[in-house]
Amino acid sequence: MTTDTPAIEARGLSKRYGDLVAVDGIDFTIPRGEAFGFLGPNGAGKSTTMRMIYRASPVGGGELRILGLDATSGRDDRAIKARLGVIHQEDNLDQELTVRETLEVFCRFHRLRGAAAAAKVDELLDFADLRDRADSLVITLSGGMKRRLMVARGLIGDPDVVVLDEPTTGLDPRARQSLWDKLSRLKRRSATLILTTHYMDEAERLCDRVAIMDKGRIVTVGAPRDLIERHASPSVIEVELADAESAGAVEALERTAEAHASFGGRLLLYTRDGEATMAAALAALGGRPAHLRRGTLEDVFLRITGRGLDG
Amino acid sequence: MKLFGDIDLEMALAVWRRNLTVYRRTWKMNILPNFFEPVLYLVGMGVGLGSYLGEDVGGTAYVAFIAPGLMAASAMNGATFETTYNIFIKMNFARVYDAFLGTPAQVQDIAFGELLWATTRALLYGLAFLLVTAALTVAGLPILTSPWALGLPLVLALTGVLFAALGELFTSLVKTIDLYSYYYTLFMTPLFLFSGIFYPVDRFPHGAAIAWFTPLYHAVRACRALATGDVGVATAADVTWIAVVAALAFAVVPRRTRAMLIR
Repeated sequence: MTTDTPAIEARGLSKRYGDLVAVDGIDFTIPRGEAFGFLGPNGAGKSTTMRMIYRASPVGGGELRILGLDATSGRDDRAIKARLGVIHQEDNLDQELTVRETLEVFCRFHRLRGAAAAAKVDELLDFADLRDRADSLVITLSGGMKRRLMVARGLIGDPDVVVLDEPTTGLDPRARQSLWDKLSRLKRRSATLILTTHYMDEAERLCDRVAIMDKGRIVTVGAPRDLIERHASPSVIEVELADAESAGAVEALERTAEAHASFGGRLLLYTRDGEATMAAALAALGGRPAHLRRGTLEDVFLRITGRGLDG
Repeated sequence: MKLFGDIDLEMALAVWRRNLTVYRRTWKMNILPNFFEPVLYLVGMGVGLGSYLGEDVGGTAYVAFIAPGLMAASAMNGATFETTYNIFIKMNFARVYDAFLGTPAQVQDIAFGELLWATTRALLYGLAFLLVTAALTVAGLPILTSPWALGLPLVLALTGVLFAALGELFTSLVKTIDLYSYYYTLFMTPLFLFSGIFYPVDRFPHGAAIAWFTPLYHAVRACRALATGDVGVATAADVTWIAVVAALAFAVVPRRTRAMLIR
């Protein structure tokens, strides 16, 4: 096997639970060393796709190869899992262990013992900034610390592919920032990173490419900036629909931009030239406010599906 | 090292090790009851009730008659608690196994590791009981009257394996924790009462024939045989019965548990 072998190759990958089609025949390839994100609302099929990748779900249909190994049949699961680092969505840390014991116990699952294990535990305590909490019981840690410990635990086996299912869901902004720093460091170590998120800023910040999922399918895939260029625009102007209506300026505003949409009580104007369009919009609004911002992946999702990421 | 059914022993031992790590923190608190239980039963039943019975039961002092069976029951209880409530909580509430499965460990490794651990706990329970009976023997009670008694730890371990496998089997079938009360009331309690611990099983019509099909009966008989030196073909048959049924029960556990964890 060469390093040219993609980290993940999926062809027609699908999964159903009874009548519910969770993943509906998706194709994607993730090259080695890439940071790849699955972005989409809850129920889009991201987590089911991830569970098939980290071998907690059998492949329902189609084909899945991981690091060149066969994940469709499940035959190579042990070999695949030896090269994956899995950070689950829900907190499944062992509440009865201390931070250090957690790492020590999982060293054994990665066939590390003695001095090699001690060195790995040491390294990861530093990586996760948990050295001064090493002998605390897991149950006493904050949410951010727990998630950092889960990441550290997932890195014990020096994985070629790190899989993170909603790594920062439920964390406060500071804890999220700190976790992002850790993940950026991981990226520089050239591990392949695969993550799911429903936070567009997280996807933009961490991912080289994202696949946007909706209703079990991948609706588009590409680099975040490219997707924004292609499906939305570099700049977006937001106007409260009520303001636009009371100024009688809805149609005038829509003409100022290259494209427009209304969503959640707001009128969204998509444009290349943010400042010129903003000036035109403010003129049309006659003193009522407008808000200029960068285009985001949320706009991409909205433009493609007509819905927001939250629902 | 790979065992039957693609069990990776290194992974199973990692599970065992995790349990030991947790136990090491609490053992000082947990081990004491293991000594109280035999003392309470032996004094309460053996000495208390036994003083009304004379020397009729099995041709020996009542306390000596019931001690080997209670020892077997003690091993049964240790293995059963570990593989019922404890595994259910680790599997369904703490989701600890999901984390194990994110490593090279597979379901069958976890099932086997838990079996080894439950057996370890059963052995600890049984050995605590054995120590108490040894002390009472030295004090003059005719409980361990044969050098065959040295083989008791082996039978206690086998009893542990058997009840660990049965507990895991039940746990692999139930979806709610409430169902364990049936396991305890309709399975464990009758075993405790009707396996020949307190009186010979032929007290009831067809008692011995029915008891032959139940697990604790064989453990009680094997323990009693080793304690008294009345070892024979029947003892070998009891030990074989235990080993075969344990293997049969455990054989279906990984597939059933996989259906619960891998979806």
